[in-house]
Amino acid sequence: MSAITALGKRGRSRPALLGRAPQDTPAGVGTYLLLAVTFLFAAFPLYWMFVIATSTDEALAKLPPAVIPGDQFLVNLREVFSLQDVYFAASLVNSVIVATVVTASVLFFCSLAGFAFAKLRFKGSRGLMLFVVLTLTVPNQLGIVALYIVMGKLGWNGTLLAVIAPGLVTAFGVFYMRQFIVNTVPDELVESARVDGASTMRIYANIVLPTIRPALAVLGLLTFVATWNDFQWPLITLSGTDFPTSMVAISDLASGNYVIYRRVLAGAFIATVPLLVMLFIGGRQIVRGIMEGAVKS
Amino acid sequence: MSTTRAAPAPSSRRAVPAGRSGGDDPRLTWRDRLYRFDMRYLPYLMIAPFFLLFIVFGLFPLLFNGVVSLRNYQLDDPTLPYWAGFDNFARLFGDEDFWNALYNTFGIFLLSSVPQLLLALVVASLLNRKLRAQTWWRVGALLPYVTPIVASTMVFSAFFSRTYGMANWLLGMVGIGGSGDAAIDWRADKLHSWIAVATMVNWKWIGYNALLYLAAMQSIPRDVYEAAAIDGAGPWRQLWRITVPMIQPVIVFTVVLSTIGGLQLFTEPMLFDLNSQAATGGPNGEWQTIAQLIYKVGWKDLDLGYAAAMSWALFLIILIVAGLNTLLTNRLSGGRR
Repeated sequence: MSAITALGKRGRSRPALLGRAPQDTPAGVGTYLLLAVTFLFAAFPLYWMFVIATSTDEALAKLPPAVIPGDQFLVNLREVFSLQDVYFAASLVNSVIVATVVTASVLFFCSLAGFAFAKLRFKGSRGLMLFVVLTLTVPNQLGIVALYIVMGKLGWNGTLLAVIAPGLVTAFGVFYMRQFIVNTVPDELVESARVDGASTMRIYANIVLPTIRPALAVLGLLTFVATWNDFQWPLITLSGTDFPTSMVAISDLASGNYVIYRRVLAGAFIATVPLLVMLFIGGRQIVRGIMEGAVKS
Repeated sequence: MSTTRAAPAPSSRRAVPAGRSGGDDPRLTWRDRLYRFDMRYLPYLMIAPFFLLFIVFGLFPLLFNGVVSLRNYQLDDPTLPYWAGFDNFARLFGDEDFWNALYNTFGIFLLSSVPQLLLALVVASLLNRKLRAQTWWRVGALLPYVTPIVASTMVFSAFFSRTYGMANWLLGMVGIGGSGDAAIDWRADKLHSWIAVATMVNWKWIGYNALLYLAAMQSIPRDVYEAAAIDGAGPWRQLWRITVPMIQPVIVFTVVLSTIGGLQLFTEPMLFDLNSQAATGGPNGEWQTIAQLIYKVGWKDLDLGYAAAMSWALFLIILIVAGLNTLLTNRLSGGRR
């Protein structure tokens, strides 16, 4: 605390602060206050989602607005889950399937490719890696019309395959894994394993995988969140089916002549909770992943 | 880049004539062949999934999109001639909906990207201190990032409702708008609906961008600040004269990211509309974005050919704007010194 109070008297603390980088300077009360306001701004919509999800219709027709959770959460939930035209439970299951399969696949294929690019020597590896990086800049949403036609030819539109297949390996994942492996897996270790007669896959399983566990956690969390939250493509390919993903199901809840917010937000809240839990548990990893990505790019 | 050429087992040192497959060489044992496969072909196999997938679901659709845009691809009218030539593109120029959507997209983009990146800079410099519970402040900044846009948009949709919305109530407290007929109708005109949609975008991305900036700020060499302190630069001056120019590459990166994302804005404007299935972005297209219009033309009007032409147009626009923004940002943020 003394550091904070010392900061208050600027003139006197100056010599002590001379030349200190911001990140070495203890935050003052003002900084904490502003950060608290920022946090409120970030968290309030989530909190209010819960407030409405636990309330009756009246809560939305109140001034000043309701800010205390009600006791109708179970009632609203039951309503969401028992709707006749939106199969919300099934859509949640679908979201779990899609996000889990995509995440597992991204982790496997991206770490494999990342390992090859980082530690194996083969003709054209530099050029191919450059290509991977370049694909990062292509906004592939723009091919969405043709993607729909391609999926139609494959007969996949309306099935989860159409949502899963395009995401199974990502350029970002390959790039991220390669960087991490270059920096953390020592060449000598790979070499000595070779001398001992270990095959490439064995080195991957016994040396690379254990070393890159932190990176797998980061990439896994980021992929899961992004896949779970995806809306545009699932909406296009799964609309008209009875069993879309939860994001599409929520948008179905929200359409019609009259939006019943307590119901929509109860559904939205249920679909948000898994991500909040992940952020709570893996927050450190997610923060690190984003920050590392920034420095490298 | 350091690559590992493993010291191969002695038996495989044997030179194999170039251009001839050694697979049927009788002198090679099964083990040798396995080893050859492992060293020579396995790396390609390991990277193949990415390339296969990218070609099938990334590159091919993008190119095929060009073909579709030259065709009459109307799902509900297969009698039209196969090729349309440049009809779809010609139609684009006279299409009021397209220009309106373009106007909306840019309006919302400006209202979201500029405040978003400036506020992210402020939040980053707040986080760039020695903090108690440092990780938790950073995690807190990511709450909006992990929240599904579908979910948060529904919350904001209620915030911005006319009679009982929290936005109007808060503004009323400081004397803006009012109640009854004086209340702001956030879905009635361009400016207000743009502000509402931009607010959602800003909420979502400020924390994320702040972390990108924070990472860059922390990699600034400490002696730079020593020099600045000796020159007598205060914290605010340090931020604008030292920090911002030093993290310029990341600023350019976020500008490009927010350009690509902002010009393809879809979910927020879709679900802000009370009649979201129509994808019109308001009764008179007040906030209909291009991505939304593409969706409407393609999957509501079932005219995939025209939607494909629009996608190409959007692609070009993104390229141009991202390029211009990069130049502009390079100028404004001073560059590395």
